[in-house]
Amino acid sequence: MNEVFGKAYHFFLIVILIGAGVLIERSGLVKYLSDPYEAYYTISLLKQHLWMVAVSMAMATVLGLSVGIIFTRPKFEKYAGIIMYIVGLGQTIPSLAVIALAMSFLGIGFKPAIFALFVYSILPIARNTLAGITAVPPWIIDAARGMGMSNARILFQVEIPNAMKVILTGFRVSLVINIGTAALAFLIGAGGLGEHIFIGIDLMRPDKLLAGAIPTTLLALLADYLCELLGFLIISKGLRLEQEV
Amino acid sequence: MNVLDFIRKNADWCWLLTLEHIWIVALSVFLATLIAVPVGIVITRNEEIAKKVINTANILMTIPSIALFGIMLPILSLVGHGLGKVPAVIALVLYSQLPIIRNTYIAIKNVPPELVDAGRGLGMSNWRRLKEIEIPLAIPVIIAGLRTAVVMSIGIAAIAAYIGAGGLGVLIQQGIMRVYEEMIVSGAILVALLAIFVDAAMALLENFVTPKGIKIGRKLGQ
Repeated sequence: MNEVFGKAYHFFLIVILIGAGVLIERSGLVKYLSDPYEAYYTISLLKQHLWMVAVSMAMATVLGLSVGIIFTRPKFEKYAGIIMYIVGLGQTIPSLAVIALAMSFLGIGFKPAIFALFVYSILPIARNTLAGITAVPPWIIDAARGMGMSNARILFQVEIPNAMKVILTGFRVSLVINIGTAALAFLIGAGGLGEHIFIGIDLMRPDKLLAGAIPTTLLALLADYLCELLGFLIISKGLRLEQEV
Repeated sequence: MNVLDFIRKNADWCWLLTLEHIWIVALSVFLATLIAVPVGIVITRNEEIAKKVINTANILMTIPSIALFGIMLPILSLVGHGLGKVPAVIALVLYSQLPIIRNTYIAIKNVPPELVDAGRGLGMSNWRRLKEIEIPLAIPVIIAGLRTAVVMSIGIAAIAAYIGAGGLGVLIQQGIMRVYEEMIVSGAILVALLAIFVDAAMALLENFVTPKGIKIGRKLGQ
């Protein structure tokens, strides 16, 4: 049963790869991208896209982590429930709505797009940081306190490393959503790979459309994969071993 | 800004778009459930297959929605459905797979083995055990998966307005094109409200379908 399924799975993957090849060739994507001007333009859009994602993610990570850490301190712990509720509510708001609202308050261009992406990316990071740190077993913290660690050392050497897996998941979700939402930023005049997609749909030109859609997809998949690799670097070995056992 | 004025003046149209939005989401989540719940149940019998299926669904989920619409457009154009509701529903069905499959799988896996054993001891067949023990115990978690899927679908359906699927995204799309601020904001607010409202309704449903015994157990546990 497993063997049959494994073979079917491989067959399925190969069919998808071949299909993608046929699609790329038939739609004229190869021709489109071998035009030096268009290729250059696509790369500049890709750079814009990456820049947007990088700036908004950097800001969102800093703020999300700080919110998560602040609301797990004993002083502010009582507000954690409310913050969780607000964040959960914020996450139900569709990305297009956030982008559209940013445009109506801040106008068009790069800044409103980055602001919208930033606001939208804080939520998963803040939520996972909160949840991760809250879920650290109390006896581990007690042990650290018994060893005479200061609060700051407990935070940086016990709580955060233990919560790292959950925090990283939040970061990954946030990054992938961010890359997808950045494609919508074209609508409010911030460029990015979305430009190819939306103009391609409007002109019914599959080559232009795919020149935007395929890099966006690959970017999201790559980001997802890199976050997984990042996990091997920053999650402590002991925790990984514990999981395997 | 007179967002309320705009909504009041165009109440009929807004209502129609809302219904269209709900219709797209309801249809696709219904179809997704028909596929994903049985798949989620079947893969609990085999770890290897479960891993592969969930990974595949995970990859699907990673693809940005507008890029997926873009990739499907030339493919579905071959059968004459490149734009409109068909690609929107297909995309939503694909996106809804992960939350529903994953939650079904986890829920059924987490049914305490002693209960399943007890069912076996009572002489229940596999099918009856599934129907009378595993599914009732798993249903709150499955509904939670549906809830995630529905809320996500509402957001993606708004983007689908750009491929001509209709729904509340039309307000945002046309508002941006005409730089008509009231229209954009009312579209954004209506979509957000719809998502929040449906989320709350699904939370109630989740509470409603939880068997009484589990609720009492939770209370005693605390």
